[in-house]
Amino acid sequence: MKTPIGKKIVLITFLLGTVLVLISIIAVSAGSSGVHFWETLSILAGKSGPDSATATILYQIRLPRVILAAFVGGSLALGGLVFQALLRNPLAEPYILGISGGSAIGAILAMLLGLSYFPGVTIFSFTGSLLVLAFVTTLAGTTLGNTMLGKDSLLLGGVMMNAFCAAVIMFLISMTRSFQVQHILYWLMGDLATMQTGQLSILFLVLPCFVVIFVLARPMNLLLLGRETAAAMGINVKNIVLLLLIITSLMVSIIVSLSGLIGFVGLVIPHIFRLLLGPDHRLLVPSCLLGGASYLIFCDLLARVLPSSGELPVGIITALIGAPLFIVLLLRNRA
Amino acid sequence: MRQILDIKNISLNFRDKSILIDVSFSVSTGDFFVIIGPNGAGKTSLLKVLAGLQKAHHGTVNIKDKNISKYRRRNLSQIMAIVPQQIEVGFPFTVADTVIMGRTPHLGILGMEGKNDFLIAEEAMKFTDVSHLAERKLFQLSGGELQRVIIARAICQQPEIILLDEPTTALDPAHQLKIMDLMEKFRREHGTTIIMVSHDLNLASMYGDRLLLLKDGRIAKTGDPKSVLNKELLEESYGCHIQVDESPLGGVARVTPIPEKHLHNYE
Repeated sequence: MKTPIGKKIVLITFLLGTVLVLISIIAVSAGSSGVHFWETLSILAGKSGPDSATATILYQIRLPRVILAAFVGGSLALGGLVFQALLRNPLAEPYILGISGGSAIGAILAMLLGLSYFPGVTIFSFTGSLLVLAFVTTLAGTTLGNTMLGKDSLLLGGVMMNAFCAAVIMFLISMTRSFQVQHILYWLMGDLATMQTGQLSILFLVLPCFVVIFVLARPMNLLLLGRETAAAMGINVKNIVLLLLIITSLMVSIIVSLSGLIGFVGLVIPHIFRLLLGPDHRLLVPSCLLGGASYLIFCDLLARVLPSSGELPVGIITALIGAPLFIVLLLRNRA
Repeated sequence: MRQILDIKNISLNFRDKSILIDVSFSVSTGDFFVIIGPNGAGKTSLLKVLAGLQKAHHGTVNIKDKNISKYRRRNLSQIMAIVPQQIEVGFPFTVADTVIMGRTPHLGILGMEGKNDFLIAEEAMKFTDVSHLAERKLFQLSGGELQRVIIARAICQQPEIILLDEPTTALDPAHQLKIMDLMEKFRREHGTTIIMVSHDLNLASMYGDRLLLLKDGRIAKTGDPKSVLNKELLEESYGCHIQVDESPLGGVARVTPIPEKHLHNYE
């Protein structure tokens, strides 16, 4: 008899959790003023005084950034996983559906209006993503009569919406006075450096989203088999699909408003774990969350360490790693 | 005998086209009920209405004396399982994964299966003779094996009614009989009501207790196999020449569609 699913979940969570903790400590140690791994550990454990300059760097700059990277990576990987399950398409992602684009438009508008990060930018961003979501799902709904949220029409509608959002973003940027352009462009490329300690609390808004998605992991398995089959086995398809869409958009727009457009995490991480663990979402949800978090911390580490001076936006690193890796995975999957 | 399913004046339209028109019938508990009729007659749509997957525009569907719209999806699935015409095999779920999904309407909010659920799934796999395939992926199976896995999933749901949509269409005669015998055996052992859509009039004749002939969305005839499998009725419904005689099995009607080149023997 196979290992029960509960045990597998605990095991995989423990393994990936350990990886996440280790990579976090390494990421907190590394930087322009290097701190020794063990020293970091002793500071984080509260053994060295919190007043030292090193401790200040760790607590005020590096740790918030690593936490942000973890949340962003986990959320994006999870967002990709959910959309792939809903569309039964491994290429689906919040970006491809235009949801990230919508929240980026909202966020840029709020920035241009000079609103504060929270709640201004976040609310605009969520509104933008919901508008895109409403548009895309209505489009999919009307083309399919009463069978809501058809697979291909939703994806196609999303692709068109994404192109439209890109045009609007370009328009907004081209209309903007020069000194703001640099900031917005940098943010668009995906940037974890702008994080301030005060914004950390916003991140906790995504925690309930994680819980809801985990609870809906088994229904997501059934959705893979098709909406009618899922319904025939007792899943309230329409409600669950809508709830997942809204929860995921909320999560993604919070993340986009804080970190900009970071691509490929939601594409690559779920794909890797599907290859390793199979299609069961009860395993995939915790592993994408923890794996995505570790992955983005690692990418951000590269973004900080690789250039001899200054740093890269992390979105460039994720795209440089993600795109080729994705093609390799795709080819190997075909063979 | 008690009626488990009662359908009154069902109508269903898609855009301007009428799919089902004023369909009324009932199914007794424990019956093997077969819905037949030409392509496009509305058989699959009727099955979807019965399953609550498609809402009828007029009329009522009562399951166990309760209107189908009063059921929650979960409760409906505890009563009724569906074996669909096509299934998705693109995702690498194993046979065991697939069969245990049938437990969904019986699980708690976190969807974790217990020991009992695994036992029921094993029983179901044993019954349909797929236990040896448990760790295989769905896309590695033959048509007959796949169909038995999906039936195991339906059985695992422990339903009172099983709906099957053309379960034997892509199978050779031996596998067709295997599937049909499985359903018949399960019905005898558990008193489950079987409702099946089929193109195979001879299978309908051999296994059905009651038949429903659907034509252009209306009921042409319901009744026992011998009364429905009537030469004139079938010829008019299907629009081809058909010979009906006694099967060598005895007591069962045999239906033979007649190709044009053999027509002179029967005129």
